[in-house]
Amino acid sequence: MDYATLLQILDSTLRLATPLLLACLAGLYSERSGVFDIGLEGKMLTAAMCAGAVAFYTGSAWIGALAGIAGSLVFAAIHGVTSITFRGNQLIAGVALNFLASGLTVLTAQALFGQGGRTPPLTGAARFGELTLPFADALRPVPIIGPLYADVISGHSILVYLAFAIVALTWWILYRTRYGLRLRAVGENPAAVDTAGVSVKGLRFSAVMITGVLCGLAGAYMATALQAGFGKEMTAGRGYIALAALIFAKWRPVQAMYACLLFGFFQALALRPDVVESVVQFKVPVPFLDALPYILTVIVLAGFIGKAIPPRAGGEPYVKER
Amino acid sequence: MDRLPRWADVALVPFVSLTLAAIISALVIIAIGQDPWEAITVMVEGSVMNAYGWGYTLYYATSFIFTGLAVTVAFHAGLFNIGGEGQAQLGGLGVAMALLFIPWPHWTIALVAAACGAALFGAAWAAIPAYLQAKRGSHIVITTIMFNYIAASLMIFMLVDVLRPPGKMDPTTANFPEAAHLPSLNEIPGLNLIFTSGVPANVTFFIALAMAVVVWLLLWRTRLGYQIRAFGKSEPAARYAGINPTRIIMVAMLISGGLAGLMAINNVMGEAERLLGNSASGAGFIGIAVALMGRNHPVGVVLAALLFGFLFQGGAELGLWTKIPIELRTVVQGLVILFTGALDVMVRMLLVRIFALFRGRKLEAA
Repeated sequence: MDYATLLQILDSTLRLATPLLLACLAGLYSERSGVFDIGLEGKMLTAAMCAGAVAFYTGSAWIGALAGIAGSLVFAAIHGVTSITFRGNQLIAGVALNFLASGLTVLTAQALFGQGGRTPPLTGAARFGELTLPFADALRPVPIIGPLYADVISGHSILVYLAFAIVALTWWILYRTRYGLRLRAVGENPAAVDTAGVSVKGLRFSAVMITGVLCGLAGAYMATALQAGFGKEMTAGRGYIALAALIFAKWRPVQAMYACLLFGFFQALALRPDVVESVVQFKVPVPFLDALPYILTVIVLAGFIGKAIPPRAGGEPYVKER
Repeated sequence: MDRLPRWADVALVPFVSLTLAAIISALVIIAIGQDPWEAITVMVEGSVMNAYGWGYTLYYATSFIFTGLAVTVAFHAGLFNIGGEGQAQLGGLGVAMALLFIPWPHWTIALVAAACGAALFGAAWAAIPAYLQAKRGSHIVITTIMFNYIAASLMIFMLVDVLRPPGKMDPTTANFPEAAHLPSLNEIPGLNLIFTSGVPANVTFFIALAMAVVVWLLLWRTRLGYQIRAFGKSEPAARYAGINPTRIIMVAMLISGGLAGLMAINNVMGEAERLLGNSASGAGFIGIAVALMGRNHPVGVVLAALLFGFLFQGGAELGLWTKIPIELRTVVQGLVILFTGALDVMVRMLLVRIFALFRGRKLEAA
């Protein structure tokens, strides 16, 4: 494998890791607050449909992204009301929302556009364009680092850079702010937070809503940056890979970034089986590469690479003592 | 919170949940500019108003009984098995293994072999998540989700690279031998007077009903069933009573996986008569809705499976005859899971208020 091929693969790694990263960080807020969310997939899918449809009507990717966030927030609100207000089973609520999203997105897109559940292809300003970072062309002749900067790091849509900025922001919020301390506490010991006079429900709702916003961005990226428009089931299990990455990273933001980059790398490799074959010298079945993130997650869950311990109060609705 | 009378708990709560799901589905149909009354008419006419429709409704219901029972058994042990889809796909592989290579003389013997293969493969696929839950504390929900995806990849690999007959393009196995053909309902003497044309529903339907009885016997009439239910109600109490948690988790999940796998004798052996890609086509997930709606009781599961069979066949008719996309089924499925599974407390709170209101009036009158 030559350097140019490696750069190509790294470039698509970044592209493919971005929706995973946004969804993974989304899940991090919710799960750190003690609300398990296996409905990331559904929220992303809803956001992708809303973003694709609104971007088509308005011709603006930004307004599309806002619509995506709004759609995802509606689902986040249902999840919040169900699992926080009514103390329903968080996992079952997530499963339900995934099915709802899977059906409703197709129904809506079909009613609006009549193209078999797709939105029409987006062009021009309805998609997020590729940004060229400063000095990209000037640095290109520099050996090794030049092409890496110009071809891999530069030339992505703004959402890619935003996703990585949110990693830093999440780290700062989680470990350096009062809100972050409370968020971590409410996922471990809600009774203690309650005793300190902070609203458990309020904190959890805020976390679930942040999850909605970030899933909205992830979905918008799918429909208006990675691809040109919404397609039926376009998230294709990415919400679950993001969940896997979150476990792999043991619910920590910076590690989540590494996990998503790794899983994005697998996805990029699955697109280039020829490269894999030339490197390892035998034919690796593509389905195996597709399954790798899930297999790795099971191994991590089994505790063979350090133990993944979820937030202690996760999955349990909080009942105030009387 | 006040307790509801038993009849309300058993019948009224699911009925109210279902009504709420139906109302919202109707609103969705109105929102996409279609007529809900027309929709329900088409669904009823296409699925339960003639023998041909029933042939499909019962076929779908058969699969859903198996997967619903699978979820039910795990639920009673306090385990949420979302992996029915993967286990059912592996069950399909088990059926294919049992039928492709051995020329069975008669369909009854082939059925026994295929059922063993299906249950064995399904159980094996549930065994790893079960072991990880029991021994390493890995959350069964997450591992079974992961195993669904691993199963999907494994099946693609098996069909494309291993089982596909040489020279064929489609990723499917060869057809099963003629002798392994299961009688459809229209081929059974007596029933062929009702079902005059070919229908996919087959003898497996009766096996599904028998399994519902077996599951009821197991859960409420055996020592093991008692242990499973005790463990599901309270793990510490069960532990204190000398019930071995590892054993219960393993056994409950193996039974659950086996039941999900058994579904394959309906769709793979009974209908397709060869192994196709994505053979379970979502039935494993519908098992979740069926179990929740059936309140984790075999009788409820059979009734809920019939309802979902109607929904599935009716939904297909909608896709054929109206402008409403077939995906409406997925929406209804999501709504049923939401209301019967997650918003259970809300429905109960609502009913308790209403009951309290009535009781209040009675007191005032007295």
